[in-house]
Amino acid sequence: MDLNLSDEQRLLRESAERFVAGSYNADHRRKMANDPLGFSPSVWKQFAELGWLALPLPDEFGGLGGGAVEIGILMEAFGRGLVSEPYVATVVLGAALIARCGTIEQKQASLPKVADGSLKLAFAHSERAARFDLAKVATSANKTAQGWRLAGSKIVVLDGHAADEIIVSALIHDHHGPSGRIGLFMVPATAEGLAISDYARLGGGRACNIELSDVHLPEDALLGDGSDALPATEWAVDLAMAALGAEAVGIMQTLLDTTLEYTKIRKQFGRPLSANQVIRHRLADMAMQVDESRSLALRAALKADSPPVERARAASGAKAKIGKCARFVGEQSIQLHGGMGVTEELEVGAYFKRLVAFDTLFGGTAHHYARHAELGRRA
Amino acid sequence: MDLTFNAEERAFQSEVRAFIAKTLTEEMKRATALTPSVFSDPDVGRAWQRALHRQGWGAPGWPVEHGGPDWTPAQRWIFETESARAGVPNVNVMGVKMVGPVIIGFGSPEQKNFYLPRILSGEDYWCQGYSEPGSGSDLSSLKTRAVRDGDDYIINGTKIWTTHAHHANRMFALVRTSDGPRQQDGISFILIDMKTPGITTRPILTIGGDHEVNQVFFDDVRVPVANRVGEEGKGWTYGKYLLEFERGSGIASAKLREGLKAIADLAESDLTGRAIDSPDIATRISEVEIDIDALEMTELRVLSALQTGQNPGAVSSILKLRNSEIRQAVTRLGADVIGHDALAVEPMRPLYKLNHEPPTPEEMLTVMPEYLNGRAYTIFGGTSEIQRDIIAKMMLGI
Repeated sequence: MDLNLSDEQRLLRESAERFVAGSYNADHRRKMANDPLGFSPSVWKQFAELGWLALPLPDEFGGLGGGAVEIGILMEAFGRGLVSEPYVATVVLGAALIARCGTIEQKQASLPKVADGSLKLAFAHSERAARFDLAKVATSANKTAQGWRLAGSKIVVLDGHAADEIIVSALIHDHHGPSGRIGLFMVPATAEGLAISDYARLGGGRACNIELSDVHLPEDALLGDGSDALPATEWAVDLAMAALGAEAVGIMQTLLDTTLEYTKIRKQFGRPLSANQVIRHRLADMAMQVDESRSLALRAALKADSPPVERARAASGAKAKIGKCARFVGEQSIQLHGGMGVTEELEVGAYFKRLVAFDTLFGGTAHHYARHAELGRRA
Repeated sequence: MDLTFNAEERAFQSEVRAFIAKTLTEEMKRATALTPSVFSDPDVGRAWQRALHRQGWGAPGWPVEHGGPDWTPAQRWIFETESARAGVPNVNVMGVKMVGPVIIGFGSPEQKNFYLPRILSGEDYWCQGYSEPGSGSDLSSLKTRAVRDGDDYIINGTKIWTTHAHHANRMFALVRTSDGPRQQDGISFILIDMKTPGITTRPILTIGGDHEVNQVFFDDVRVPVANRVGEEGKGWTYGKYLLEFERGSGIASAKLREGLKAIADLAESDLTGRAIDSPDIATRISEVEIDIDALEMTELRVLSALQTGQNPGAVSSILKLRNSEIRQAVTRLGADVIGHDALAVEPMRPLYKLNHEPPTPEEMLTVMPEYLNGRAYTIFGGTSEIQRDIIAKMMLGI
């Protein structure tokens, strides 16, 4: 039992924090918010050079063999700077799904390119009618003589506009009709019949809705052997939730630091705000919730390779509680900044919005408490 | 990073499990499960202390030269966790975890030689004389006075909320020996024999129906000056040192988990008409479980830091507060889970020695008293409001 960072992990944290502090500031973020791409390709290139894109990929495909804990270290630093590069979409979701489900050829074709920064990915899974239910997929994949034909709609595909290839989940239909198995398909961004409508995402970055109107794909577009990809999808989303939880911790820590400083400087009634016990206690509660969130994000990462129910309960538990803490810390940061807190002029709002996006993504607090309870009963 | 224990630690875990399996009797277990107050009755707690002492485990936190087992932080974690899982009785923490460390840190060689072995063996049973009717959160405003008379102090005043004063043969107390410029000055730390003439103890019943705490009165109580720990007037420093131990002993999650498990078992049982089938109850059980997960991780992070000789920092000030709040959440959940049975009052104590049929099934007998008595968790050892002051100061520097 040891929860101290190893030397390598400490170095990773220091380099990530240094990079984010040096490259990200309010000007950069404002520029990105109005940028059609939503992130900086030159920063992405640096991510590749720093080895962060290769970090969790298997060694044999150009990766560094890191795990969820290393991802968490990186993501917490990203949160502090409100990084908007498509890291979760490409590395945490996309590359992980290929690494888990793909054939050796498919891995060989994609993963080294992810590692060197030349391939960006996205994962298109959510559908309007499914809400947060990962098992509910209406998009269909019909077997054809040449391969596959995909039809359906996906919403809120993270960074889908920037992806070279989109991994689309679809219900496999054979000649008997729906098979009950979900397949994951590599769809090139340029595929005929694929329509992408992108938009700015709450709290930075972009997302898109996609329409698949009879998109024809070759046989080997299907990742792996066609066995049901739902367990892999649940696994990847659990890992993404752990990673995003760590990012939320970084965001909350920044909000806490900023708000604490402000309450020391801002004077009303002839004394700093922090001289009031009601303010001090609020900040104590915020600090406590940041720390609880840090514990749970780490716990979810450490249980990433546990058996599915244990892993899923840790991920849902972290998602539910960090989401709740994030709302509290975010809302109180605005409250303690007073009127300025609700202006676009301060960045408090931008950090808050990223937290709200976090809480909502893959299902909010109520959804994950319920999932945690449901999994506990089956266990 | 690794959440799992290494081979050595797993071997120790087996050793602890084997010891508990061999030593913990069904009677002790049942008595502990049916004790709705914070501490076990002394007959139960003492028996366990004696058993631990025979094993050399009587005082996990003490240095080896005073009889501690020389455990690593991970071993202490394993010991506390296994103890909680098995439902062992509470020992006299006022002795082992409170006054013991103060005597070790600041006591004279004579005091160490006399008192420490008696704590280890369970021969002495200690109570804590801190709070007074006029001094709760503002503890250092205390007024119980010790006036020097030759080789004695003569003590007058009163202490309140004194847990198990009616069982204890010794008390450690903070008393005023002089009036300094600050109210923290002039306080001394004194060890008192409870059989000394002039001491009277009045029971206080708490809202759960238990007699656990008392008010203790001192009328011209003569205590040898040799019973003072450390320097005269420095008692506040020693007393605060002790409070750090009281707040930050730091391994609470295992007990909380067992408490929640008992409530979840009830919720899944026909005794409550399967309360868990209500989505609200099921979700709240998850909510509390996740809070415990977070606390456990924080404890393990502190422990990991200690293990490598680092200072865990202000994070440990969170532990007491979260422990008490989560404990209350567990007991509140319990009160809701048992439904109508929450209305039934069983006034007799101890609950493990009833000679009549109780009004509810035995499994839920402690639920309401625990909920009611448990309101005290956010009050004793520094209220939650005081804890937030401490967090603001220690963690945030405001």
